[in-house]
Amino acid sequence: MASGATAAGMGHLVVMDDSPAQLALTQYSRSIWRELMAQLPASVEYQACGTIWVAADEEEMVEVYAKSRICASAGVQAEVLSPAQLANAEPRLRDGLAGGLLVPDDGVVYPPAAAGFFLQQAVQAGAEFLQGSDAVFASQGLVRLANGTTLTADRILLSPGADCSLLPGLPIRRRKGHLLITDRYPGFLRHQLVELGYLKSAHSTEADSVAFNVQPRRTGQMLIGSSRQFDNNDAATDEKIVRQMLQRALAYMPGLGQLSGLRLWTGFRAATPDKLPLIGPAGRLTGEVADPSLWLAAGFEGLGITNAPGAARLMADQLLGRISMIDPEPFLPNRFVAQETVYV
Amino acid sequence: MSDGTVMVFLNGASVVVSAGSTVAAAMWNAGQPCRISVTGEVRTALCGMGICFECRALIDGRAHRRSCQVVVRDGMVVETQR
Amino acid sequence: MTQCDVLVVGAGPAGIAAATAAAISGRRVLLLDENPAPGGQIWRVGQPMPKGQAEGQTAKNQAIARLCACGASCLFGYSVYDAPSAGELRAICESGEAAAGPVPGDPHIVGLRYEKLILATGARERFLPFPGWTLPGVFGPGGLQALVKGGFNVAGQRIVVAGSGPLLLAVAAHLRGYGANVVCVAEQAPLAKMLPFAASLWSHPARILQGIQYRAALGTAPFHLGCWPVAALADEVSGKLTGVRLTNGKRTWTQHCDLLACGFHLVPNIELASLLGCAIQDGFVKVDHQQRTSLAHVYCAGEPTGIGGLGAALVQGEIAGLASAGKPTDSLQGRRLAERKFALKLEAAFRIRPELRSLARPDTLVCRCEDIPYAALEKRSGWIDAKLQTRCGMGPCQGRICGAATETLFGWKQTSVRPPLMPVPVSALVYPGLQPVSLKEHL
Ligand SMILES: Cc1cc2nc3c(=O)[nH]c(=O)nc-3n(C[C@H](O)[C@H](O)[C@H](O)COP(=O)(O)OP(=O)(O)OC[C@H]3O[C@@H](n4cnc5c(N)ncnc54)[C@H](O)[C@@H]3O)c2cc1C
Ligand SMILES: Cc1cc2nc3c(=O)[nH]c(=O)nc-3n(C[C@H](O)[C@H](O)[C@H](O)COP(=O)(O)OP(=O)(O)OC[C@H]3O[C@@H](n4cnc5c(N)ncnc54)[C@H](O)[C@@H]3O)c2cc1C
Ligand code: FES
Repeated sequence: MASGATAAGMGHLVVMDDSPAQLALTQYSRSIWRELMAQLPASVEYQACGTIWVAADEEEMVEVYAKSRICASAGVQAEVLSPAQLANAEPRLRDGLAGGLLVPDDGVVYPPAAAGFFLQQAVQAGAEFLQGSDAVFASQGLVRLANGTTLTADRILLSPGADCSLLPGLPIRRRKGHLLITDRYPGFLRHQLVELGYLKSAHSTEADSVAFNVQPRRTGQMLIGSSRQFDNNDAATDEKIVRQMLQRALAYMPGLGQLSGLRLWTGFRAATPDKLPLIGPAGRLTGEVADPSLWLAAGFEGLGITNAPGAARLMADQLLGRISMIDPEPFLPNRFVAQETVYV
Repeated sequence: MSDGTVMVFLNGASVVVSAGSTVAAAMWNAGQPCRISVTGEVRTALCGMGICFECRALIDGRAHRRSCQVVVRDGMVVETQR
Repeated sequence: MTQCDVLVVGAGPAGIAAATAAAISGRRVLLLDENPAPGGQIWRVGQPMPKGQAEGQTAKNQAIARLCACGASCLFGYSVYDAPSAGELRAICESGEAAAGPVPGDPHIVGLRYEKLILATGARERFLPFPGWTLPGVFGPGGLQALVKGGFNVAGQRIVVAGSGPLLLAVAAHLRGYGANVVCVAEQAPLAKMLPFAASLWSHPARILQGIQYRAALGTAPFHLGCWPVAALADEVSGKLTGVRLTNGKRTWTQHCDLLACGFHLVPNIELASLLGCAIQDGFVKVDHQQRTSLAHVYCAGEPTGIGGLGAALVQGEIAGLASAGKPTDSLQGRRLAERKFALKLEAAFRIRPELRSLARPDTLVCRCEDIPYAALEKRSGWIDAKLQTRCGMGPCQGRICGAATETLFGWKQTSVRPPLMPVPVSALVYPGLQPVSLKEHL
């Protein structure tokens, strides 16, 4: 359980505004997380710490203002910080930064425990959980497991993270990331801090990139990221990119250098060409002939924790023929089929 | 000090210990815990060889140092890691 | 970046023998250890023993004298924490003179390039959870021995030495040398298992106890075989250790004491070998008769290849040193084989009895870094599941202590060693290899 990207990710619950669809899904999902807040067990480590987008220079401050306007029009609370307000909010940031944007309702969870909580709810509602054996075949209402078991169902929902071995045709590329966790330093930080340059890093579709992204955990630990590399399937840590990533972090917050670093690891994000997830019937995405039994919830890139509850509602709405709170259209997998048809 | 001892500050109290002692030994001899665990238990050294991290202490302002691996220095300031 | 032909990690008996053999064979050798002086666990230097001569001094002095004469360079006080690329290791010095850089106390980091690498990283003690094992005053036997060498005062203290392995007697003797009152030694292995072996041990005590006589180790204190601790007891008000409940399976009694030294034989330090990608078999680094691992340029000697004690460490180290220098090792193969047989006997004699798996109560902590109780772990399906769902093994020891315990308790295998091998300042992962090192001054 929770052994894929969910075991490797940061668990930042963040509203992202790079496209209207992404904004709608992250905002919707974040509101569900906030509704769940009271029910989440302590092990999920939910914290409403907020995000501060850090602007290094005036150019990035222009982006801060643009972002704050988008937030305002979408009804997402956000507050522009002056250099003094930024320093006051996070005194360990280096001097000379241009300011920032505080998004107070963003939060942080510990993803494996969150997945454990969702699983427990599913089991309580009657789902059966089989673990320990990979699915080696899934099509036309039939799933075969490596241990020989065969399962049949009207609908098969595939949510394999960045492991596309069952459906090699999916428009998903693996995007490797590194993270470093430190020992406990309670009070070192208060907010999740992300440099605005992160947006450039996250959106660049080819080059390797790093960005300053540091998160205070409820344990008092600091989780330091982040890196993005395409077409690197090696789960081993890559010292060059780690060095760049940490150099970047230290450039924003020199005091991180003295903290004791416990463990470094990697994970794989599942990236789609348009940076939006695939939520809905697989249709003809998985073969010449549409397979009505196959459904997808995949391709969440760096937002799969944030978007998990929203994606689940969209999926349930479609399965039950209900109307969704947000437009499901931009996430339908067949958007990629349509595109190909145009080219041909 | 020239008599084979050094003076260190353990949780605010000045303590004379023999030169060459490890901080973990000095803390035990002075009855000071190395650290307070995540759930509030008092802990002292266990493995003595830098593996278990039970002897972590705040040494000269640096948190989470393994006190069994650090030799006392004159004027060193040591506090229980909380 | 410092360059050498043969890099030896670990300056215990195995590493010393390896470095000496390779240097005598004309290789440029660098021997590195995280301790401030050579010797490893068994020959650890420290505060002088007030009563009598420390054990095994002659063997140690000879080995160190040969090391000093052989021309190997040494780097002490440095821990290897990363293997960033093939043929390269990173090491850090966090305290001591070398660390006194421009900013005092800042760590000193070196990059080391090698053609051949010999891993002689030794072993650590195995700890098993029982009620009270986290109380102050409970130590590993080897741990207490090391702490005593570091100035920990045990004079007049009543000490119970318990657990398993030949180390118990060695430690008891050592503690008595520092004036401790060893009240009893409790070995979990049953009499039936120990007797034939013990007889052979005592007839060749030098093998494992380096010349300590059995009685010297114990004085008048009883040596209980087939006896193990079930709980450490503390005063409710002061929290001070007052004693230990011991059992032989039939009878359980309280033994009063001030300190309890308890450890269950040894666990090999295979983390560096795993990080490099050496094949591991049944928990030990797999080697051939030349001590070569599954990686062509990497050798391994001493405890990581099988818990075999001093004799095995010395002969394996010498073989690894010679082999890394391309020299024949035929004349040593007989001794190697004999030591191997001895190691298998050791393993069989000190096998952990099943009763020790059920000492923990639901609220007994298993992971000491994160304070995870037995009850939380019992339900998990394996090591990764336990880690992710309970934080067991996620603290700074990275499962070095609780991983060995959960392997005994639940049969879980630990997976994926990641850099850094031990916690290091974040800056050590940013600017490594930039600082020069002058080697000679460290010998
Ligand atoms: C470094 C990094 C940082 C991140 N930070 C954040 C963040 O801050 N916020 C955020 O919202 N998101 C973040 N993410 C992204 C987020 O972690 C992922 O989007 C999310 O975990 C994906 O969840 P998933 O369930 O789709 O996939 P996974 O968690 O990968 O789960 C897929 C599961 O399917 C199983 N599986 C696959 N194939 C088969 C098969 N054939 N048979 C049986 N089982 C199979 C796998 O074993 C796995 O358990 C980050 C990701 C990374 C790598
Ligand atoms: C705590 C303890 C106490 C012991 N006491 C005794 C005793 O009193 N009598 C007895 O007969 N046997 C004792 N033993 C058993 C003894 O270790 C073996 O019998 C034998 O001496 C092992 O030799 P070795 O060279 O393989 O390992 P060791 O002597 O353990 O040497 C390994 C060396 O490698 C170093 N090292 C490991 N990893 C790194 C790294 N990443 N970077 C740098 N350096 C590293 C360690 O600091 C250590 O000095 C003890 C074992 C332990 C664990
Ligand atoms: S006592 Fe174990 S690390 Fe210091």
